[in-house]
This record gives sequence, C-alpha cells and structure tokens, in this order.
Amino acid sequence: MRIDAQTSQKIAKTLIWTAALFVIVVLFSIIIYILIKGIPMISWQFLTEIPRNMGRSGGISSSIVGTLLVTAVAVIVATPFGIGTAIYLTEYTREGRVTRIIRFSAESLAGIPSIVYGLFGFIFFVIYLKMGWSILSGGLTMAIMILPTIIRTSEEAIRTVPNLYREVGFSLGATKWQAITKTVLPSALPGIVNGVILSIGRCVAETAAVMLTAGSTLRMPISLLSPTRTMAVHFYILAREGISMENAYGTAALLIILILLINVGFNMLVNRFVSKGR
Amino acid sequence: MIQQSKIVIKDLNLYYHEKQVVKELNLEIPQNEIFAIIGPSNSGITTTLRTLNRLCDLTFGARQEGEVLLDGKSIFNKNVNVTELRRKVGMVFDVPTPLPMSIFDNVAFGSNLNGKKSKAEVEEGVEKALRMSALWDDVKDRLNTPAARLSGGQQQRLCIARVLALEPEVILLDRPCSALDPISTAKIEDSLIQLKEQFTIIIAPHTIQQAGRIADRVAFMLMGDLIEQGITHEVFSVPKDKRTNDYLTGRFG
Ligand SMILES: Nc1ncnc2c1ncn2[C@@H]1O[C@H](COP(=O)(O)OP(=O)(O)OP(=O)(O)O)[C@@H](O)[C@H]1O
Ligand SMILES: [Mg+2]
Repeated sequence: MRIDAQTSQKIAKTLIWTAALFVIVVLFSIIIYILIKGIPMISWQFLTEIPRNMGRSGGISSSIVGTLLVTAVAVIVATPFGIGTAIYLTEYTREGRVTRIIRFSAESLAGIPSIVYGLFGFIFFVIYLKMGWSILSGGLTMAIMILPTIIRTSEEAIRTVPNLYREVGFSLGATKWQAITKTVLPSALPGIVNGVILSIGRCVAETAAVMLTAGSTLRMPISLLSPTRTMAVHFYILAREGISMENAYGTAALLIILILLINVGFNMLVNRFVSKGR
Repeated sequence: MIQQSKIVIKDLNLYYHEKQVVKELNLEIPQNEIFAIIGPSNSGITTTLRTLNRLCDLTFGARQEGEVLLDGKSIFNKNVNVTELRRKVGMVFDVPTPLPMSIFDNVAFGSNLNGKKSKAEVEEGVEKALRMSALWDDVKDRLNTPAARLSGGQQQRLCIARVLALEPEVILLDRPCSALDPISTAKIEDSLIQLKEQFTIIIAPHTIQQAGRIADRVAFMLMGDLIEQGITHEVFSVPKDKRTNDYLTGRFG
C-alpha cells in the first residue's frame, strides 16, 4: 500500500509532535517534582547556615560556597586553555597529524567516565602534589574534565565564523591576532559561551570525581586549600545514607535553581554583548 | 598620455597550486582614475584584485610570479609591511560584510587597530569617511546601532566607508554592486566618481554597463588572458579584438 504525500506528512507531524511532547513532559515532571518537594525546604536559614547534625538540620551554606568555588576554579582554568587550543586548531595550523592527534585526544577525553578523572585528580593533585582534599584539587580535576567540551564547542563556534570575516579583518590591516580577537572571537562568542555553560552544568552536577578530590567535609571553606562538600555530593550523601530526604530535596531544588540562574545570567550577558552587533 | 601610473603590473602569472589562472598580465593603472577589469566568470579577476593587496597570501596554494609595483616599489619585496600595504590598498568585497558590531565601530575598525589616533581623530575620520561614501545622512543619528540592521546598499556603502577611513591610496572593489538594487548601485557609482579625485580605483564591475558608466579605462580578461585594454569609450565603440566584441555584445559570459 502506498501512502500519499499528504498522509505521510500528517503521520510524520504527529510522530514528531508526540516525541517532543513526551520529552517535555518527562523533563518537566522531574523538575517540577523536585521543585515541589524541595522549595518548601528552602528558607533563609537553609541558605545561610552550615549543616548541623550531619545535614539533618541546619542549612547548606558551606556546600553552596564550595560548589561555587570548585566550579569557578574549573571554569577559570579550563576556559583559557580550551579557547586557546580551539584557536590553535582552527587558525594556526592546517589539518594534519597534529590537529588529528589533539582532536582525537580531546574526543577520547570527553568520553571517559568522570570517576576516572576523579581517580587521576586524587592521585595527582591530592597525593602527588600534596594539595590534599581541597577546592583547588577538585577545581583542577573538574577543569581537566570539562576541557574537551570547551575545546570542542569553541572549535565548532570558531569554524562557523565565515572566512570572509577574517579576510575583512586582514584587508583592513589587522594582524592575524587582531583578526582573530576582533572579528572571529566576537562572532564565535555565543557558541563559546554555550560550551562554558554546559561545562558549568557538568561541574555543578558532578559527584564522584569531586568527592575523591575535594572531600566531603561540612565545614565552611576558608581558602582554596580547604576541603569542601559540593551540593551534588551533599545531596548524594543525604539521600544515599538516608540522613534527610527533606534536605536532600531542598539541596536538589537549589541545584536546579542555581543552574537555571547561571544559564539565564550568561545568556543575558551574551545577548547584551551580541545585540550591540546584530 | 598616461599620467603617473599608480600601479604597474608586469608579467604577472597567478596560480592556485599547479593551476594557472592568470597568464602574463601587464597593466598600468593611472592615478586618480577608475580602472575596470571586465570579463566572464573564471577569468581570474578576483584573483588579480586579491593579489594587489596580497590578500592572496591567505589562500592556501595561491602563488604568483612577476611583479606588481605600487608607486614604483614592488609589493612582493620581503621588506614590505603587509598590513600597511593592505591599508594603502583597501578592498571592498562582492557581498556586503558588516562586522557584527555597531556602525561606528565598523568604520572605526581600521583606525582602532593600530591605536595611533586619538578618540576625537577617530570620530572625525569616521564622519569624513561616511560623508564620502554618501552614507552620513542615513546613519548619523544611529551610529551606535548594529551595522547588520542597515539595508544591503547601506551596508555596502558602509564597507566602502570602512576602507576610506583607512585613508588608502588605492581602492579595490570586486563586484561591489552584485547584491544591490539599481538605486543603491547608482548611489555607489556616484560616490565612486567623486572619490577618484582622491583615490585610484580598480573595480570589477558587475555589468559591462557599469564599466561604461564609471570607468575611465577598461581591461578585458578572458580565462586568465588579458585580451584588450584602453580608454573605456574607445574599447567599447571600436574593440580591436573579436573576442572583446563578442563579450561586449553579449555573445558569451
Ligand atoms: N582558493 C582557490 N583555490 C583553487 N582555485 C581557485 C581558488 N579561487 C579561485 N580559483 C580558481 O581560479 C580561477 C579564477 O578565479 P577568480 O575567482 O579569480 O575568477 P573571476 O574572474 O573573479 O570569476 P568570477 O566572475 O566567477 O568572480 C577559477 O577557475 C577558480 O575556480
Ligand atoms: Mg570574482
């Protein structure tokens, strides 16, 4: 039996609609469920007090600070290296053995389970470099973990900048570096930022690797060399050991809100920058 | 008869890898005139223009033999500062290419690169360039809005202004009006005629008619060979070569 074009169009449309609807429903149910369970737990006290009694009571302020610091270290370290590598790959070499090796390494690194990074961070930063369980060890480990993502997204973003932009730069007397920084990077910025946001999400959500490198103390960190327990780790421990489901949901809800805020914040920043040009 | 030659092209051969696209080109381009290079597709015109400000250096596999003299000095000499050469020999591309920034920043782009000018000088230069390209009145109240919001014709005049702001000596235009409507085209042609008082202009016109309207001289290229060149109305009224005649009467291309 042959289906005529109109019918197949209708069937396809229905199927695609169902798929999209299904995804949206699943995603929203999870988020809404956690928010409904978690938001009632969030109070001023929850945000500002350190956990007491293993996390059964008190707040999670030390975990919030720890999460932000570990993520900040990771992003601040990984972004320049990632963008630098992407610029090298796209602008400073021809496709060849070197670029293939770098790209292959980056891609392989992206596929490694995060616990392997955790183990590496534990052996290298915590023990060998004697940094101990600390925000720094955790942040650097996360930096290595997100590096491939940043390289890949930046490389893609830079590659989609029309070659003409570079030529315009050069034709106006720009040096290579000026052409890159003044014409290529601004156009690639939205894509690059997207990669960074994605990476922030991965840092914030990571448990195993940070637990191995940043520790799981509940104390408020006082320096980058202090150990900490990030929110994801805290959530994991609270839920896993059945310490307090209420506070676990509170932490999870806050995690979701944090990620949403970071997303919205960065997007607003980029839009402000981009709308000057478009 | 030929006043001073701004650019002299001597025995120029251009290649991409092993493929030769321009053969034994000899041209003298007089100062303060509009010189049009016409020819059907794949004649090597873009390649020739891109050689004159060494934009070809950026193309993988592009090679040249022969000589190009700007004011009597070779542009291929090792001591030539290429970024300065490109400021002296500005280029406008066939599609409008506003950079993703404001109108002002687009025009100021070149001046801001070497940072030699004060803010006031840059502003003055931007206004002057926009006036010369006949865009000032259109944009003077919205210099800080994104350049991408201009119409195609305005964008192309912006690109011309951007080159003018470099205070170049030669302006290369590669089919600058191919994406534009007749009214925008007429405006650009008017400004070019004004501009030749101060600059030497080399253009790949997008139609023969455009060459007829604005060019003092034309050169006709075909598959990399220079077939004929001379004063525009002479070449157009009595072409010496049959192929020129065929091209002008629309028999190919
Ligand atoms: N980057 C490149 N690599 C290899 N060959 C090229 C490259 N650019 C152009 N060519 C070839 O060189 C020849 C001349 O091209 P060019 O763009 O100079 O011609 P043109 O006269 O400007 O043509 P058009 O009217 O299409 O703009 C063409 O055969 C083209 O395929
Ligand atoms: Mg061309």
